[in-house]
Order: sequence, then structure tokens, then C-alpha cells
Amino acid sequence: MSVTLDIRLKRANKVYHEGPIQLINSNIEVAKAGKIPGGKTEIPFEFPLLTKGNKVLYETYHGVFVNIQYTLRCDLRRSLLAKDLSRNCEFIVHCQPQKAKVVPTPVKFTITPDTLQNMRERSLLPKFLIRGHLDATNCVISQPLTGEVVVENSDVPIKSIELQLVRVETCGCAEGYARDATEIQNIQIAEGDVCHRLPIPIYMVFPRLFTCPTLETTNFKVEFEINIVIVLHDDHLITENFPLKLCRV
Amino acid sequence: MAAVQWRSRERNYDAELQRWRPEAAALDFGDYHPLKPIMVTDTKTRRGTRKGSTSSSSSSSSSAPADPLSSMLDGTDPLSMFAAASASEPPAMSHSGSTGELGRKKKENEEEAVGPDFEPWSSKRGEILARFTTTEKLSINLFMGSERGKAPSPGSSAVSEKVRTRLEELDDLEEGSQRELLNLSQQDYANRIEELNQSLKEAWASDQKVKALKIVIQCSKLLSDTSVIQFYPSKFVLITDILDTFGRLVFDRIWTMCSDPRPLPDSFTVEDVNDTAKETCLNWFFKIASIRELLPRLYVEAAILKCNRFLNKSGIQETLPRLTAMIRGIGDPLVAAYARAYLCRVGMEVAPHLKDSLNRNFFDLLATFRQISGNSIQKQLLKQRVEVPEYLTLYSPAINWILQCIAYRAPEPLLTEMMERCKTMANNALLLNSVMRAFKPEFVAARATDFIGMIKDCDESGFPKHLLFGSLGRSLACADPPESERLTILNEAWKVITKVRSPQDYINCAEIWVEFTCRHFTKREVNTVLADIIKHMTPDRAFEDAYPQLQSVIRKILAYFHDFSVLFSMERFLPFLDMFQKDSVRVEVCKSIMEVFIKHQVELTRDPVILNAMLHICKTMHDSVNALTLEDEKRALAQLIIGFIRMVSFGRDFEQQLSFCVEARATFCNLEPVLVQLIHTVNQLAMETRRVMRGSHSRKTAAFVRACAAYSFITIPSLSSIFSRLNLYLLSGQVALANQCLSQADAFLKAAVSILPEVPRSISVEGKLRSSESFLMDFINNFLATLLVVPDHPEHGVLYLVRGLLNMVQDYTWEDNSDAKVRVYISALPLLAAMSQETYLYTIPKVDSNETLYGGDPKFLSEINKLCETLIGQILDHLKTLARDESLRRQSALAFSLFGVLLAHGDVRTNKLSQLTINLWNLSHKHGYCETRFSVRTLEYIKYQAQQPDMTHLTDTVQRLALQSRT
Repeated sequence: MSVTLDIRLKRANKVYHEGPIQLINSNIEVAKAGKIPGGKTEIPFEFPLLTKGNKVLYETYHGVFVNIQYTLRCDLRRSLLAKDLSRNCEFIVHCQPQKAKVVPTPVKFTITPDTLQNMRERSLLPKFLIRGHLDATNCVISQPLTGEVVVENSDVPIKSIELQLVRVETCGCAEGYARDATEIQNIQIAEGDVCHRLPIPIYMVFPRLFTCPTLETTNFKVEFEINIVIVLHDDHLITENFPLKLCRV
Repeated sequence: MAAVQWRSRERNYDAELQRWRPEAAALDFGDYHPLKPIMVTDTKTRRGTRKGSTSSSSSSSSSAPADPLSSMLDGTDPLSMFAAASASEPPAMSHSGSTGELGRKKKENEEEAVGPDFEPWSSKRGEILARFTTTEKLSINLFMGSERGKAPSPGSSAVSEKVRTRLEELDDLEEGSQRELLNLSQQDYANRIEELNQSLKEAWASDQKVKALKIVIQCSKLLSDTSVIQFYPSKFVLITDILDTFGRLVFDRIWTMCSDPRPLPDSFTVEDVNDTAKETCLNWFFKIASIRELLPRLYVEAAILKCNRFLNKSGIQETLPRLTAMIRGIGDPLVAAYARAYLCRVGMEVAPHLKDSLNRNFFDLLATFRQISGNSIQKQLLKQRVEVPEYLTLYSPAINWILQCIAYRAPEPLLTEMMERCKTMANNALLLNSVMRAFKPEFVAARATDFIGMIKDCDESGFPKHLLFGSLGRSLACADPPESERLTILNEAWKVITKVRSPQDYINCAEIWVEFTCRHFTKREVNTVLADIIKHMTPDRAFEDAYPQLQSVIRKILAYFHDFSVLFSMERFLPFLDMFQKDSVRVEVCKSIMEVFIKHQVELTRDPVILNAMLHICKTMHDSVNALTLEDEKRALAQLIIGFIRMVSFGRDFEQQLSFCVEARATFCNLEPVLVQLIHTVNQLAMETRRVMRGSHSRKTAAFVRACAAYSFITIPSLSSIFSRLNLYLLSGQVALANQCLSQADAFLKAAVSILPEVPRSISVEGKLRSSESFLMDFINNFLATLLVVPDHPEHGVLYLVRGLLNMVQDYTWEDNSDAKVRVYISALPLLAAMSQETYLYTIPKVDSNETLYGGDPKFLSEINKLCETLIGQILDHLKTLARDESLRRQSALAFSLFGVLLAHGDVRTNKLSQLTINLWNLSHKHGYCETRFSVRTLEYIKYQAQQPDMTHLTDTVQRLALQSRT
């Protein structure tokens, strides 16, 4: 009788680091030793968030390679015979809004077969002309992304127009850097053969948990891009990419 | 007891009348009014405490005893208690709670809600569901799980599997439960949707908010599916019901989060909302903003539009235009039109003052109109085999609704602008139709000629023209176009309507225009219209499928034509009625005509046109009665026919009236109440004749009243109800007597007597079986009273009828243990006593009663006395049989009534009779069953009588009547 032991990694391609970098660690005593009366006891507490050494506090962020997380742990030590109690709870950190005014940077775009790159057979492509604009690529994270897209004409009916929000995480380390682009939201703004020459609104609310201000540090970067994806009825896929800069005001 | 000797007391009726006539007392109207004591003249505002210590605060103007109803409640009735309570509430609530509330609501409503003059969505939905139906098979495709199984959505290439899963977390409760239901009938479909509605509520109730949201998202997705397109409007109705439910649930949930410590007022502002509630609300909006597909994102956000009120003041104002613009992304124009209708619907509900979005929606709709003729739609229609006109009608509910919202309290210039815009559009028939449906009828009516012009210009192959004329007609039915244009309008409209081929389409449209015709034109035009309808509906018995519409035509005509001579002089009216060939419908129509006739025909009529037509209609109703007809139905029909008969009068032409009754009898022989009425009518006719002749009939009129009597005499036996027969015999006998038809009267009364034995012991009264005894007693007493004036028949013996009646009474099988027979005997005594007077209490002019025939002949009197003695003998015998314990109470009562009769009508000066009365008094008191109060009163009365002249002998009697104390 033989015994085999097998180890499987959940994600073989994931880069594993040595462990999290601690940005902050502080301890306070919220209540002195003593007896807590029966029933519900509420103990108010507060403490300033002070960084450890020369580290910077980043906004809470949950990504693929990068996770910035803040947790509170409360320990209740008890006498010998009773077990100590402990609870964990995540809290969310938002940066102080930047004082500087964000300058909107509107972008106009025109998409025709000729403007496309990265194409296999240009001759097979039907004719179309799609115009539009984004009101800003410098976006305030709490404000929606807005703009308009107009199908001026198209030989093949449109099937769908979508907005794809992509997050790009770049991690630098000794061996070089790793880059991972993730779609974090995809919403459809047009369905079916839309009326030509009628402006269709571009509108996307940035999802709260998956976005943060664009972040550039020595170790890693978190950046965002928007793709305007036009699907034609013959399943041709036309994508126009715009890098975004998110900030909190 | 020895045999009694009867002698009637002599009466002087005139003197008695004089004596008993009360003195007129002057009434002082100043103060006193019999109704006044219960009038509350002063209601103090007082908390309605019901403690006994405080006395009633409602004082009355007189010292009369307090109203028993108010005294029950310690003087304050519950209604005034409420009034008092609300009056003492803080002044903020104004002067009465309820009116204050209403007043406040009203003020708000002007801003925040639409008025009652806005036809709500709820009244449309039924109509849409009924109209847009299909026999095709439907399918529901629900992806309750992740979208992984679906064809890879475009753009997914760049998405990592993990994130996708995370993104769709909210879609992911029942992992991968994709349900596709195929081959559903329309009813199945509706049921499934209702099930979803239920599971939404259940999920919500069990705190599965995510599942609830998922259900709503999946349902909204169904709205992008336009297969079986003719069902789309109904699908929209069903699914938006769910969305409405969801919107309500979310709103209520957040609302209750703020209801601590006290509920939010209806007019709350952002400041009243706590942070938790705001956060929850914001969460909902974030969740919805991340819904991938356009249509669900749009619909679900629209469904919770109202929740913006929790977040900020301008939320709704900003959201509506955004959602309006978002609809432009919907490629299918039908789907977009309905999405707009939904947005307008929630917009109207939440913020009706935001008109701009409504208009924007409409203009966007117009902008996308060209898509209808585009390739995508044409291909789709070809594939589904749907014709363009049918396809266009699918838009109607949505566009009607949008326009209705726009037109609500809108200024005229805006409407004019809308109309102008429609004119310039292709496919404008559809828009035109909606404009006519949605805009105020007054607006449409004022421009009716314009509209007709536009309708004529419309493309023949597009929207069906009869629908356009139908919509125009509907407006013109409630608002009037300029007078000078009316005839042209009618002519133009009818020119088109009459060309409609399909009978169903034709009648739907014609039915609407009947109203306009009736409203403004005379019978001539209406007649023409009726003729046209008959022409269209007769071939292939097309009317069979159009009874509701045809009935509606009749209803409309009846609403405008109350003059039946005009109505029936329309040549085509009766032929029109002939189209109602289904019995139930025909009777229904006849009834509605009769109801109007009874309500509006004020004057009696002899108009042959009316009579013929009405007889025809009544005959139709009568002939519908068969063995299966319900009693209630028969009664209702009979009432209507009676109503007609009562309106018929030939004035002084009595003979014709009688022959009308003869005809009516033949026609309505199956409805007994009608026959009864006819007999009454004829009796009335006889009395009317008598009145005209001032009591002296000529040879001719004598013959006529005899004819009337003959009519009654031969009609009565055909009635099945015994009491109807008895009463009518008696009544007709009285009428005959009044008209000096002695032998006829005799015949009636004899007939009545002869059928007495037929009276059953119990009869059915209002469906319950009841003893007939009391009815019979009533009748007999009534009959006896009549017999006083009926002279004896020369060929029969003295008191022939009285004896006949008494014989029948004796032979009748009365109920066991009943005193009825003896009671009749007791009642006969006063009659006999009255008959022995020299001058009778009442007589009939020109009829010699027995008083004149016999002139107080002693032989006659002794006959009467003998008869009385026999009766008394019988009564006394009966009293003896009641000596057993259990009947003592009856014995006492009977003895007491006989005592009363003897004292009142007998001559108690004779010893024997006097002794008998005293014995009877004693008998009735013997066992203590006599009520003392009653006896005391009787004694007092006798004492009073004894003071009258000729009655002194009673003094002696009184002394011998002892009151027995009950032991």
C-alpha cells in the first residue's frame, strides 16, 4: 500500500511575494482591566492613523497583484479559565481629496475602418463612421465618466456598444515587472441596431470597490483605461482605447 | 249556560260621530314642534369622555325626555365626539382633523402628484392585456446564474475569469440555474410572470435582496426579446408590474429605515433621512449602475427613481434626462418606445412637474421613427409574418401614454407644436392616432376638420384608417366641434367608415360615431346611420359577433332620445332591434329600452307608434319567459311591462283602453303580475267612467262598466295565487257594486266565497312557507265589511252571502288548535249588529242596501238575531272545549273579545245578555290570564260610556264586573 501526496497550486501563474509590506501598526488600550457588567457594553474609541517610519498610507484597494488593506483587531483578554476573545474588521481608508483642481481633458474620436490598427484584413471590413467624445479623461472618481457616441453610418447593423473599464496593475520587483490588465466593469450603452446620427450617451459610474485614484509608487502602479467597444452584427469587434487618470477631489 | 237571546244595540251613528269628534285645539307653532326635542341645538366642544359625572353637553330646546339614542351614549354621539376631539387638537391640524389633512394633501398634490383628471396607468393595463394577444408559443429565458454559459460577450477577451466571477457575484445566487421555458401559451406566460412576481416578494420578505434584484434584472431582460412581437405590449404590462413591485419594496424599505423614532412624513426632505438609509440607498444605485446590459440597467433604475428623494433634492430632476438619453441606445424602436412609456410613467408618478423629460422623450421618439421603415424592422416583420398596419398598432399604447403625459394640463401652444411635428413625419398616422387619443377632446374637437384632412392624407398602407376615425370619434363624443362643421365632419367620417370591409372593424368604428350623431343631429341622420349599420352587419349574420357593440349603439341612442315617439318613428330602429337574435341579448336590449321608457316617459300616451313598438318590445320580453326563467327575472320583466301599461292612456276613449287591455291580456298571459295590473287598470277604468258620469250611468256606459266587470271576471280565474284571486274578486265586486252592477257584484262575491275552501293552510311568502291563517282572517274581515252594503239577492234567501261565507268558514279545515274559526264568528257579530240598524253606517250611492230592501222588517231582524244566537252558541261551545289547562290562556282571550263585542254591539239591557257578559268577564279573569292593565282600562271605558245618555244601564253592569287580583 502506497501513499501519495500531491500539491496543487490554485493559480500556477501567480507571482507570490514574500509577504505583505506593513504600512502601519499601532496598539491602543480601549478599556482598562476590570469587570465588564453583564449585557451589552459599548466602548467608544478613536486613534490617529500614523504611518510606520517613512511609509505612505495608500487608499484601500483590492486588486489582483496589489492589495491594500487595513484591519482592526480587538482582543479581549480574560482570566485564566475563559478564552480570550478576538474580532477582526476591515476598515476603508480614503485619501484626503486633492486640493488641486482637475482640468478636464475632453477627447474627441472618430472611428472608421481606416483609423483601426491591429487588423488582419482591412478589405473585409464593412464601412462605418462612428464619432464621439469623452467629456474628460482626467476623471474624478466619485463622478461618472461621461461623453457621447454617434453612429453616423454603418453598412452592417450594430449589435452592441459597450464601455469596458480596465485596470492595469504593474508590479516592479527585482526580476523585472509584471503587468496585469483586468476588466473591472463592462456596461452596455447600446443594444441592437441603433438609430443613426442620434447621439448615444456614454455614462459610467466608477465601481467603488474596484477603483481607486490612479496610483504610482516605486513598487507598483495602478492605472485605468476605458475601451469603447462596438460590436457589429457580423461579430466584428471594434475597440477604441483611452487611458484615464482617476483622482479624488 | 242557557241559550242566549241576541238583540243588537241600537246605534245613532251621527250622534256618536258628533260625540267622538275631537275638539280642535289651537296649535301654538312658536315654540313647539314634535320633532324639536331631539334636535341638538348646541354642541359644545368637549372631549368625548364618557364618564358619568359630566352631564350631556348637548342641550335641547325643550324639556322633553332626552332622545333615547343619545342618552344611551351619555349625551354625546360618536360622531360629535370625533368632531369635538378634532376641534380641540392643536391648531396646526386646522379645524377638523380630516379636512385639514385633505387640505394639506391637496396643496401638495398640485406639485407632487397628478390629479384625478389624469387617467392612471392601472386603467390602461387591462385594456392592453385584452387587446394584444397571441396564439403563438412564447418562451421565457432566465439566467439566474452567471453568464458564463452564454455566448461569450464581446470584450470579454481581456477579462480574467476571476474578476468576471466576482463581477457577477450579484447574479450568482443559484449557481448556474438557467431556466428556459419554451412553448408557453399566453396564459402560461402570464402565470409564470406572476410566479416571478411572487418569488420577488418572497425573496424580499426573506431578506434575500440580491435574489430579488436578480429576478428583476432577469425580468427586464425579457423586454429586449421581440419574438412574437404582437404580444409585446402585453408582455410590457406584465413585466412592468414586477418592476413597480420592486420599486415599491425598495422605497418602503429605505423609508422604514428612517421611520425611527417616528415615520417620515410624505413630504420628507433629504435632511430627514439618516446616514444608514442614505448609504443603503446609494448602494442600490451603485449596484444598478453596474448592471451589464442596457435594458435592465435602465428599467431597474427607472423603477427605483423615487428613491432619489432620499439622496438629494435634485436627484430625480437629473436622473430623468439621463435615463431619457440612455434610451437612445436601444436599437429596436418598439422596445425603445415602451421603455420611454415606462420612464414617463414613473416620471409622472414621482415628478409630474418635470415636463421637459416628457417632451424630450417624445422628440427622441419622433427622431427614431424612421427606423420603422428601415431594413432591420422590415426583415423582422417578414420573419414573423406581421403586416405593417398591425405592427404599427403595437406602438399605440406606448405613444398614447407618452402623449397623455405630455398633454396633461399642457398649454395649447405646446399641443399645437406637437401636432405640427407629427404632420411632418413619415408614418404619421400612428402619431396622429395617438395625438387624438391623448390630447384633450376639446383640443381635438376644435380642430376636427384639420384632423380629417390629415387622416385623409395618410398613407393607405400604413395605420388602418378606421382606427384613426375611431379615435377622432371618441374625442368628438365628449367635446363638440364648431357647429358649422359638424355635418361635414359626419359626412366625411361616414364616407370612410362605410367603406370598411371587415364587419368587426366597421362596427367598432361605427359604434363610436353613433354618439356624435346622436349628440348633434336629428332622428333623420341617426336613422341613416342605423340603416348603414344594418346593411353592414346583416350579411353572413355578422351581427352575431358584434352584440356588445350593437348594444352600445342602442345605449347611446337611448341616452339622447328620450322622446319615444321620435325614437320609434325612426324607420330602422325596430329592424335594428331585429339583429339581436340571441335571446338573452335581445331581452337585455328590450329591458334597457323599457328602463329608459319608464324613467323618461312622463306623460301618458296613446301614440300608436309608441304603443305598437312598445307592445312589440314587451312581447319580446314576455315571450322570453319559460319554465327555466328565475323568479327574480320574471318579476323584473313583469315590473317593466307593468310600467309600460301604466303609461298607456286613451283619454276619454275608454272603450279603446279596454280593448287595449284585452289585447295586453292575450299578449302577456304568462306573467301574473301583469294580469293583476290589467285587472286593476280595468277596475280603474270602470271607476273613471263612473266619475265622468257623476255616478249615473247611461245605457251605454252601463253596458261598458259591465264589460269591464266581465273582463275582470274572466281574467281572475287564470291567476294562480289564491290571495290575488280573492282580493281581486272582492275589489272587482266592490267596483261592480259602485257601478250599480248588482248581479256582477254578486257573482264576484259568490266566486270569492266559493274558492275559500281552496285556500291552502300554508303559502309561500318571499320564498318561505308561512301559515295562511292571518292572510285569510284579514281577507274575511275585509269581506265582511263589504257585505254590509250588498243587498240580498231577490231569488236567494235572507243574508244569503253572509250565511254562505259562514258555512264556508265552518267547513274550512282550519289548523289544529286554532281559534280562527271562532274569531271569524266573533267578527261576524258586529256586521250582523250593523245590519240590524235602521240606518246603515255606510251605503253606496244608487244602490239599495238591505236597510232599504227590508226597511227594518221584524222578520229580517229576527233572522239576524237567530243567526247571532247560533254564532254565540258556537262560540260558547268552543270556549267550553278550551277548559283544559293548556288552553286556558286562549279561553281567557277569546272570552274577553266576545265580552267586548257583546258590550259594544249587543243590547245588554236584556237580562240574559247582560248576565252572559258578566259571565264572560268572569271567565276571562278566572285563571288570571287577563292583563290587569287591560281590564282596568276596559272598566274605565265602560264607566265613561255609562255616563252617556241611553247607556245608564251600564252603571249597573260595571258594578258587577269585579277586578280579580291575581293570585
